[in-house]
Amino acid sequence: MSVPKVCGVETEYGVSLRGAADPNPVLASSLLINAYADRGKVGWDFEDETPGRDARGGDSSSRGPDVETHLVNTVLTNGARYYVDHAHPEYSTPECVDAREVLIADKAGERILAESMLAVRSLLDDGQEIVVYKNNSDGKGNSYGTHENYLMDRNMAFASLVRHLIPWFVTRQLFTGAGKVGSENGASEVDFQISQRADFFEEEVGLETTLKRPIINTRDEPHADPQFYRRLHVIVGDANLCEVAGLLKVGTTAIVLTMIEDDFFTRDKNQQNITLANPVPAMTEISHDPTCTATIEMADGSRMTALEVQWEYFRLAQKYADEVGLDNCGGSDLGKLVLDRWEQTLSALEVEPSRLEGQLDWVTKLALLEAYRDRDNLEWNDPKLALLDLQYHDVRPNRSLYERLVNAGTIERILTEDEILAAISNPPKTTRAYFRGRCLSRWPESVVAANWDSVILDVGTDPLKRIPMMEPLKGTEAHVGTLLNEVASPAELVARLATLGK
Amino acid sequence: MSEQKRKTKPVPKAPQEQTVDAPPAERGEKLKGELDDLLDEIDEVLEENAEDFVKSYVQKGGE
Repeated sequence: MSVPKVCGVETEYGVSLRGAADPNPVLASSLLINAYADRGKVGWDFEDETPGRDARGGDSSSRGPDVETHLVNTVLTNGARYYVDHAHPEYSTPECVDAREVLIADKAGERILAESMLAVRSLLDDGQEIVVYKNNSDGKGNSYGTHENYLMDRNMAFASLVRHLIPWFVTRQLFTGAGKVGSENGASEVDFQISQRADFFEEEVGLETTLKRPIINTRDEPHADPQFYRRLHVIVGDANLCEVAGLLKVGTTAIVLTMIEDDFFTRDKNQQNITLANPVPAMTEISHDPTCTATIEMADGSRMTALEVQWEYFRLAQKYADEVGLDNCGGSDLGKLVLDRWEQTLSALEVEPSRLEGQLDWVTKLALLEAYRDRDNLEWNDPKLALLDLQYHDVRPNRSLYERLVNAGTIERILTEDEILAAISNPPKTTRAYFRGRCLSRWPESVVAANWDSVILDVGTDPLKRIPMMEPLKGTEAHVGTLLNEVASPAELVARLATLGK
Repeated sequence: MSEQKRKTKPVPKAPQEQTVDAPPAERGEKLKGELDDLLDEIDEVLEENAEDFVKSYVQKGGE
């Protein structure tokens, strides 16, 4: 049975410390986050972090990541986690209930990084600057991730998930791709490709995220009651700047995931076989073809385009919406918007991808590159095109080429400025992030630590009080809004929660 | 690919054609003018020395 698709997006930003003799990225990331959070930093509680646990169960030869407890780690009043991961500043949105809410939280993250770059200036020597990029590759074989997370039913069969998700992840890059000049990591040469990340996938299923990256990541760390839930950790996605692309990425994937949980794929008797013969090479074959006409080999020996595979998912999703409904994917209004935009996107990709300029990042970037090529007669290997590619993702508003396109009216906006600004400091009202964020904004000195599934409060007397939040849909404004307004102190909050029996 | 596979595809809704007041040639000129202006504006914010700049952007792998 499907469960509500509570979701979040984590983004590792590219980071440069300019003008320094030793441009240490860990130092740069730490400075950046500390500069933003210097008004009462709250630590992260690592007690429940188990990124090495494997969803397939049993032993696994793959190696999970180590948790780095010594690096800067903060929790923000909007419920997000902002921290140093390896050598990058990473922003994890708070838990959200649907694709639109998570898009708001993700765009608010860009503003937080931009604000951090301003705040850190006073800590740097003259001539130094820290700059961040919301992309996924340095163009030289080094990639950093944008991961999506979705709450899943623990009882769902993992084999079924793998079977129905691999063709999904391989083909959805048609609209999630952020575009890239050239190729890397040993992939065949190409002028321009759809995805930043496609060149980096080497396995179908596995636990790693940094080496031999798998299309399906099996990390089994629910950050919720493990009796009832899994958390699907998706590592194939690109970081999006275009709002339409960001909405589609999470909105369509949430629908496909509920279809898998409700066993809808096997219930449909007319279903085409969309199992791919070779998913890993298909990933780059699709990414390397901006005309969207290349065919890939299917398990039954036939060939299909990525668009044809997508149309089959769309047909089933529409049927699912009619027969089961989209209550677990943000409701019927948002569901209809996602289905409509998905259909329009596939139709446009089929006729003329350039129609999606301002909606999809790769199409928008390609149009900009082509305009420069036309005007300046540039070959594809001209460094200016690689610069345009990189600077499209620059997060400084005055340097971001994406922002130039927004100002020129090229980019379609679906969010309002007000809702993005509000999400910089306010949590979503619809998940436990509300409780976390509100505790932090009301009692910053008393919140000793927090993580996804708990808040630790210093109530003035020993011992510290740990408030578990194992249910992502509890701790919402509807549940605790009145309570948080009524209590005068953390001690009173803990006492009232005890009488409620939580 | 087989005909059967093509048939299962839903018929896409026709996108709404936008009505345009200006004749196509004039509109094309206007768009080109706007694009030229945009590229000029981007020229002003582009980092100097593209080759060195791109070379110096090296990241550690993440995740």
